Amino acid sequence: MKNNVGREIPDEILNEKGYKTFKSVDIGNPEKQRVAPKVSVSTGDNKVVDSIEDVVKNNVKDGMTISFHHHFREGDFVFNKVMDIIINLGIKDLTLAPSSLTNVMNDKVVEAIKAGTITNITSSGMRGSLGEAVSHGLLKNPVIFRSHGNRARSIEEGEIKIDVAFLGVPNADRLGNANGMNGDAAFGSLGYALMDANYANKVVLLTDNLVDYPNTPASIKQTQVDYVVKVDQVGDPDRIGTGATRFTKNPKDLKIAKMVNDVIIHSPYFKQGFSFQTGSGGAALAVARFLRQSMIDNDIKASFALGGITKPIVDLLEEGLVNKVMDVQDFDKGAAGSMKSNKNQQEIDASWYADPDNKGAMVDQLDVSILSALEIDTDFNVNVMTGSNGVIRGAVGGHQDAATSKMTIISAPLTRGRIATVVPKVSTVVTPGDSIDVLVTEVGIAVNPKRKDLVEAFKQVPGLPLVSIDELQKRAEKIVGKPEEIQYTDRTVALVEYRDGTLVDAIKEIKD
Amino acid sequence: MGIKETALAGTLESSDIQITLSEGSGINIDLDSSVEALYGDQIKKVITDTLNKYGITDAKVKAVDKGALDCVVKARTMAVAQRALGTTEEPNWEVL
Repeated sequence: MKNNVGREIPDEILNEKGYKTFKSVDIGNPEKQRVAPKVSVSTGDNKVVDSIEDVVKNNVKDGMTISFHHHFREGDFVFNKVMDIIINLGIKDLTLAPSSLTNVMNDKVVEAIKAGTITNITSSGMRGSLGEAVSHGLLKNPVIFRSHGNRARSIEEGEIKIDVAFLGVPNADRLGNANGMNGDAAFGSLGYALMDANYANKVVLLTDNLVDYPNTPASIKQTQVDYVVKVDQVGDPDRIGTGATRFTKNPKDLKIAKMVNDVIIHSPYFKQGFSFQTGSGGAALAVARFLRQSMIDNDIKASFALGGITKPIVDLLEEGLVNKVMDVQDFDKGAAGSMKSNKNQQEIDASWYADPDNKGAMVDQLDVSILSALEIDTDFNVNVMTGSNGVIRGAVGGHQDAATSKMTIISAPLTRGRIATVVPKVSTVVTPGDSIDVLVTEVGIAVNPKRKDLVEAFKQVPGLPLVSIDELQKRAEKIVGKPEEIQYTDRTVALVEYRDGTLVDAIKEIKD
Repeated sequence: MGIKETALAGTLESSDIQITLSEGSGINIDLDSSVEALYGDQIKKVITDTLNKYGITDAKVKAVDKGALDCVVKARTMAVAQRALGTTEEPNWEVL
């Protein structure tokens, strides 16, 4: 059956799993029932144990759902350590439900799939050897990709029922009060892990830094934690976040960033108290720099910046140009390190950030978001999940969620090497075109024709190179040529949910 | 035209293609490309067509492509053909 972005969703998937196809980006005002976790009552004065193995033996059983967070990013030591023990104990048929999977976890997940330990996965994304393996059919059941907001929703509504959450933290006391801000492996906001701490039946903290009781500020609280496991090292500080983010010198990135800034400051949203979210790529960081100057020149201050936070955003906060930073994760050391000293850098959980089925999520209050794309098609649908060869190599992240903003800008080069970014049809729809408002490339700006108000506003601005997205697509094709079509088999290897849990696309196995 | 010596043109930089031409029978292209699934046939066609314009019908071609555009593939093929034929001092303008 075709959904509302024209993607064919196999009927057997809809029938077997009870899925609905994607209809609309409008969430509406439905009434939703949330679930609650089981609580194993504890009144003792110490939850500290030395052996992960004992915790696994006593709590993880065949067929359960286990979870991890990805706040340690490429410096994570927790995932591989715990998975090794689970694989060696011969536990089978687990569902892996982490907030996302980073490259350091890839080979271990592949090993666990081959061993029959993991038979289902839901994640924000996957890359590298794991993405290749899944795209070539390694996992029998399709992977389910969910945005950060959708994961929060799915946990709250019981679609993901976490039996045991293994959460690495850079500090904890003997009862499990913990935060992400202090310690050698500090990463800042615990945003995604707070969902697991709140909803998992069993919460296992792993830390290399036991501190005096009671530990404050406590992002994860003793009321939620079953075990505190002392380990040698939870993460490699040098790989958790890169150091100072360098300001890009790439002329193409700079040109795009300047054009994005022009779009923002000439939009109706650039006024006192506006709000924005940027990504972590070179161009997105450069936008922050241009935006800073425009805010100073026009004497405009932002009420908040949202999302994954970087040092340039914290700089705006410290300079007084942004009142609050609402922080669900930190992309670099500068942002991670500043949370403890900035009372206006507020840690938020994934639900507060972006759960669509909420009594109000932060993304609903967002004026402007600047997002990236691997591909965008002439209907403005965006792919951030599969590469030009059809292989899984990305993540939904907060893309669908932040695209809820009043003006969503995709910043992307027209082509990358011989690969066109603007294409007739994206290989995988992740974010529907209805929530994308403007595309900025180095050769021109295309406004979604559905946004007549923005088209009119930008027409009045001399020097803004407005073009149609069809023109951009043709221009890209003229440069790189017309590619051959990727060959897939009939087998579905992954499903992409929209943030409301409907199916926006199905990813097929690559034909070799 | 016969190949006088094994020749090489191009680099392994992004958006370039490195082509090595040596003696062989028929045109045999061993292509290693980052965009092989999308543009493999097109790259081979450009190389073959360009070699044919030099009258080269027998050659072993090793091509390592890093996403070069057709114009780059053609330019590198011309360079490697003239080097292999020993005619770099007298460019064959008609091929252009």
